[in-house]
Amino acid sequence: MNFAESFRIALKALSANRARALLTMLGVIIGVMSVILLVSIGTGVSDDITGQLEGLGTNVIYVMPMSEDDLGMGMMMPSRQFTIDDVNAVETRLGGIATVTPMVETMTRFSVGNNEMMGGVTGMSAAAIDVFDVSLDRGRMYSSSEVLSGARVAIIGAEVDRLMFANHDSIGQEIVVDDQRFTVIGVTELQGGGAITGGGLDNAVMMPFTSAQRVTGSQDVNMIAVKTYDVEDMDHAQSLIRQALLPRMGTDFSSMTQDEVTDMMGAMVAVLTFMLGGIASISLLVGGIGIMNIMLVSVSERTREIGIRKAIGAKTYDIMSQFVIESVLLSVLGGLIGIALGALGSWGIAASGALPSVVSIWSVALAFFFSISVGVFFGVYPAWRASKLDPIDALRFE
Amino acid sequence: MELLHNHNHATSDDNFQQVDEHLRGSDGHFGSEGEVVLEVRDVEKVYQISDDVEVHALRGVSLQIRRGEMMAIIGQSGSGKSTLMHTIGLLDNPTSGEVFVGDVDVTDMTQNELARIRNKEIGFVFQSFNLLARTTALDNVALPLVYAGVGAGERAERSQIALERVGLGERLDHAPNQLSGGQQQRVAIARALVTEPAIVLGDEPTGNLDKRSGYEIMTFFQELNEQGITVVLVTHDLRVAQHAQRIVEISDGLIVDDRYVPEDERIDAHAELDAYLESIGELPDHDDYEEEAQA
Repeated sequence: MNFAESFRIALKALSANRARALLTMLGVIIGVMSVILLVSIGTGVSDDITGQLEGLGTNVIYVMPMSEDDLGMGMMMPSRQFTIDDVNAVETRLGGIATVTPMVETMTRFSVGNNEMMGGVTGMSAAAIDVFDVSLDRGRMYSSSEVLSGARVAIIGAEVDRLMFANHDSIGQEIVVDDQRFTVIGVTELQGGGAITGGGLDNAVMMPFTSAQRVTGSQDVNMIAVKTYDVEDMDHAQSLIRQALLPRMGTDFSSMTQDEVTDMMGAMVAVLTFMLGGIASISLLVGGIGIMNIMLVSVSERTREIGIRKAIGAKTYDIMSQFVIESVLLSVLGGLIGIALGALGSWGIAASGALPSVVSIWSVALAFFFSISVGVFFGVYPAWRASKLDPIDALRFE
Repeated sequence: MELLHNHNHATSDDNFQQVDEHLRGSDGHFGSEGEVVLEVRDVEKVYQISDDVEVHALRGVSLQIRRGEMMAIIGQSGSGKSTLMHTIGLLDNPTSGEVFVGDVDVTDMTQNELARIRNKEIGFVFQSFNLLARTTALDNVALPLVYAGVGAGERAERSQIALERVGLGERLDHAPNQLSGGQQQRVAIARALVTEPAIVLGDEPTGNLDKRSGYEIMTFFQELNEQGITVVLVTHDLRVAQHAQRIVEISDGLIVDDRYVPEDERIDAHAELDAYLESIGELPDHDDYEEEAQA
């Protein structure tokens, strides 16, 4: 008997029990759908982060007040933050090969009248506009003297502008940041991007780092950003930064280039995606066990049919292939429906703007491959039992 | 015979080829009239029920089935007749002894090799019909051809001819639950015939049927036999057995009687059916069956 015949018989057996087939497939459908959905979100977030970071320029070095070991272990709370003296030491040591800005960061509440939102505050020096290639949609950058005086001026992100000022001209208006009043002097260009990274500056307020220190209520500097004028100088700049900070901080600091940050974030998201995918695969496994269960029921229900088939000439292989194809058909159909639903869900999530989500070909291929494997793996044992039935016993079966 | 026996343990293909060629001859017909198509020699079958309980179902049975004969194997429940039928039907290997299909020793063949020979050379008609549910008469009849690797077009054609032969040409698309018991058994006979087997084996074929359907089925078996098909019926009912030319009686796992039925004692199924129809006030209509059978 050829494959087409086995396929026809299997299809007929499944269509005779449609509700049961659908319920059996449901396990695989949910499993595959979860894998596709979670991996898509992981991929989307990863793409989003990478895109944002790459948009900030390539020859930027971030210096953080944590040892590399602590950073590697995901420690986000340093024992001591930088001070402005540390920043000055770095800037002096680098001489003329790079431009430097301290970074003071916090999350807080913004409000204008009755409008409120949560967003990030990033305090930097006037050099920030060069370090991060910030482009303004309108208004102006704050000046060095405003940085020195800790002036209450703010440059707001495009999204903050839209939500707080509803497209009315915001320049010259007041915005309340953590109960302190700031005058809007500029609006950054819309960067776009998903909700995770918040489009970088789109959902944030940029201000002199001295002003940001008023908001945080501390003299701490959370990070130092360095941009070399020449990409060739990156390594040299990193060793100069080390020389400047070693006597001041011991080993409790580390520096990373833009690429390293991108790689690290990418690796973190990949681990997260892998974990989520792994958890979702467990439901695929459960779906497979469901298939095996129903195939065993099916074999015992159809014992007599198997006896008839064997009596009139079906060989072990014929019976085996009939049942394996039936279980593969269940899992593949379930897999296809799961892929379709997962892709649809991923598209829905991306369209709603809740999370970035990208269906990758490899996740579809992997889910499909897994659903076939589940069908084969969990179908072989029931099929083997069917094929080993003794025709005489099977014919006697009531 | 011994010579052939000695060099027939090649591949399953070779075995099958030998069996088929012997039974059909070069012209496609089964050997010559009276030649042995199936033989069991000194067959014993022991079922191990538990460690110390054995059941001797067959205790050394030898039997030759000749081409073109209509034989009945008769015995009470527990006599071993079912075991003998399974052995003749190649559904089971004996514990000892030998089974030959034509000249070919099939005693030690694997299940798959036996399946192939059953498919081609043995047509089964069971007491409980054993048709596949939710499957049309045509597809039920075509099933052995599926396993024989016959293409879909030829399958449909041959199955239709077989169904017409048993008078069911108008019911090709009916599922078993849309057919009467007698009609279901006729589908089963068509299924048994479709591969043009060497032997049609009926296991209590009228056991689940009403009187009239039972008589009708017996007319089919007698007609098939008249057309040259070897028929073996297994039954506990002497009246069914008396439709055959030869009755083999089995008791306690041994053949206790093997006799040819004198012509005047043999039951003619047509006459029997006519008499029955007359007794219930219906006109005999077996001519219709004959016409359908000829078609």
